[in-house]
Amino acid sequence: MKDTTAGMTVRIDALEESPLKQRLMTMGLIPGTKVEILNSAPMGDPIAIRIRSYNLAMRKDDAAHIQVTQI
Amino acid sequence: MSRISVALTGNPNTGKSTIFNELTGARQKIGNWPGVTVDKKVGVIEYKDRKISVVDLPGTYSINARSQEEKVVSDYFAENKPDIVVNIIDASNISRNLFLTVQLMEQGIPLILNLNMMDEAARHGIKIDEHKLEKMFGMPVTNTVGRSNKSVRVLLDVFTNTRMANYQPSEIFQEHVARVNAIKASGQSQEKIDEEIITARYDFIDKVMAEAVTVSAADKTLTDKLDSYLANGVTSLVIMVAAFYLMFQIAFEWIGQPLADMLGEWFEETLAPAATEAMASAGVAEWMQALVSDGIIVGVGAVLSFVPLIFTLFLILSFLDGTGYMARVAFVMDPIMRRAGLTGKSIMPLIMGYGCGVPAIMGARALDTHKDRMISILITPFLTCSAKVPIIALFAVMFFPDNAGDVVFVMYVLGLAVAIIMAKVLGHTVFNENQSTFLLELPPYRLPDIKTVLLETWDKGKGYIIKAGTIIFAMTVLIWFLSTFNSEGMTDETDQSYLASIGGAAAVLFAPQGFDTWEAGAAVVTGLAAKEAVVSTIGVLYGADEDAVDTDDADGTAEVLMTTSMATAFTPLAALAFMVFTQLYSPCVTALGTIKKEAQSWKWMGFAFVYTCAVAWIASMLVYQVGRLLGFE
Repeated sequence: MKDTTAGMTVRIDALEESPLKQRLMTMGLIPGTKVEILNSAPMGDPIAIRIRSYNLAMRKDDAAHIQVTQI
Repeated sequence: MSRISVALTGNPNTGKSTIFNELTGARQKIGNWPGVTVDKKVGVIEYKDRKISVVDLPGTYSINARSQEEKVVSDYFAENKPDIVVNIIDASNISRNLFLTVQLMEQGIPLILNLNMMDEAARHGIKIDEHKLEKMFGMPVTNTVGRSNKSVRVLLDVFTNTRMANYQPSEIFQEHVARVNAIKASGQSQEKIDEEIITARYDFIDKVMAEAVTVSAADKTLTDKLDSYLANGVTSLVIMVAAFYLMFQIAFEWIGQPLADMLGEWFEETLAPAATEAMASAGVAEWMQALVSDGIIVGVGAVLSFVPLIFTLFLILSFLDGTGYMARVAFVMDPIMRRAGLTGKSIMPLIMGYGCGVPAIMGARALDTHKDRMISILITPFLTCSAKVPIIALFAVMFFPDNAGDVVFVMYVLGLAVAIIMAKVLGHTVFNENQSTFLLELPPYRLPDIKTVLLETWDKGKGYIIKAGTIIFAMTVLIWFLSTFNSEGMTDETDQSYLASIGGAAAVLFAPQGFDTWEAGAAVVTGLAAKEAVVSTIGVLYGADEDAVDTDDADGTAEVLMTTSMATAFTPLAALAFMVFTQLYSPCVTALGTIKKEAQSWKWMGFAFVYTCAVAWIASMLVYQVGRLLGFE
């Protein structure tokens, strides 16, 4: 999900192992979930996404552990 | 009168605290959960001949005991069986909110599902069939409209009329529990089990969503429109700087400082003379008169006069926090804070540090990791809190009359620069074990509930009033005693007093900084009690008339002190070194006490004291010695 741009809609394929994995899953990032890429902070990182009708911000380093396909 | 115990639980940003405040108002008590620095809020309401005690559990996304808040909630349910547990759910964000619901019900805790902010959900195109939701969980479902007092009062009838024993988890939920138990017994690694259970919970939630919730595509919401300016790219930085400039204008120029000046004047010009007169006519001993009017009223008054400033600042910050904007500030600032070894979430406590370090240190609770919390706590003392401003202002005006404004500005920048450098140093040395993360919900913009904003402001600011009444009170008595007594009894000559001896001893340390006079040494020592005491001590010790030393009026005070020996006691370079030292050295005792409480360790408090003093001592020595090498005096 690191290489997405604002306005894209993607679907989560898998979450790689990372210290944040279980927290991300708890926040609703489960394989199969639809994610909209929203705005980003100055210099493009962190990014804001919409998932399960709420907005969540995360750093690109953490987003890199989430595999997605564009839909 | 029979009693009912109620526990409120739910995610952050669901309006849970607002509901709690509407229910209990000012009759709430804020304490601490045992062993952790999480606020415990309890309130008691009398309603229909019942005593209803309500506890507001900290907002959490789950109860996995990964954070202090989560641990509090899971411990609470392990040890208590409240009559009623209300799960406050943000209806506009129901899917993720139900995660906690499912997890709590797996533990066999019966719940009332209260859907909050149904109006907002409707605007987002989300429609919830409460009847079907009730069927899916087998638990009662109610609803409230966030800030409407009337709708919240309806909950009281729910509390008195509901018998949780009448409700059983639905069959479909019991199937979910069976699936979870099967995963637990599968013999896989704990990590794999945890992940599969999380997935199973969202499977169940997706079933509930399909059955009871319809989501239709809504127009772009107000939050999306605002975020394209307030939390997007470089424009967001410009708007944020403007917002903070406005905030400091309101606090320091328009409302806070003028009120502070009025209060300070009242203490000095009305209360102190009146007290002196009253005591004189009552025949109170002279030393007692001096203690009360010169010591206590002036000392406590100096601190109390900062109260309007502090409260204005916290009122604005609480309001901004309630709107959801502070989450955007954390988002926008993260790229900058990350490079300093911090996270965007540290920005809120650090901004408070420019008002007072005490709430700033407490504010570090909100950060995710131990590393982030500790670094934020340990760099806060370098920032220019409002009590340091009079020191900088006075010395700048006295010794750099042509560039006073620039010198003050440089001191602010110096404090910030040292804070950033130390954040980097601490992050790479003491706390290099774990990395920091940044995962933050950006809640929808909302108009904050005024009652909640006021209660929060009071909660953050009241420590300052307590400080004036306890530590400052005790310290002013002590300083007064030390400056008027020596081993032979009372003396009129301050330079013969205990304070002179202590100051003289401390001054030895400051020879490399060029300010090794006993007056400067004494000021540094009294500044440990409160930074406000530095200017008043210097003023008194250099023999200025009490009334001439006004912490709010640097120009006037400087004019008076220029006629005393202080003008020649410091060279400009030594004055600069003194400013650098007082800007950076140990936080005041109140802040040290707060560090002890928040870090839950005397060791960290000792560390904070020693390392800030060391940094200040080295930095001020560098300023003086390098300055001399460059030919300055």
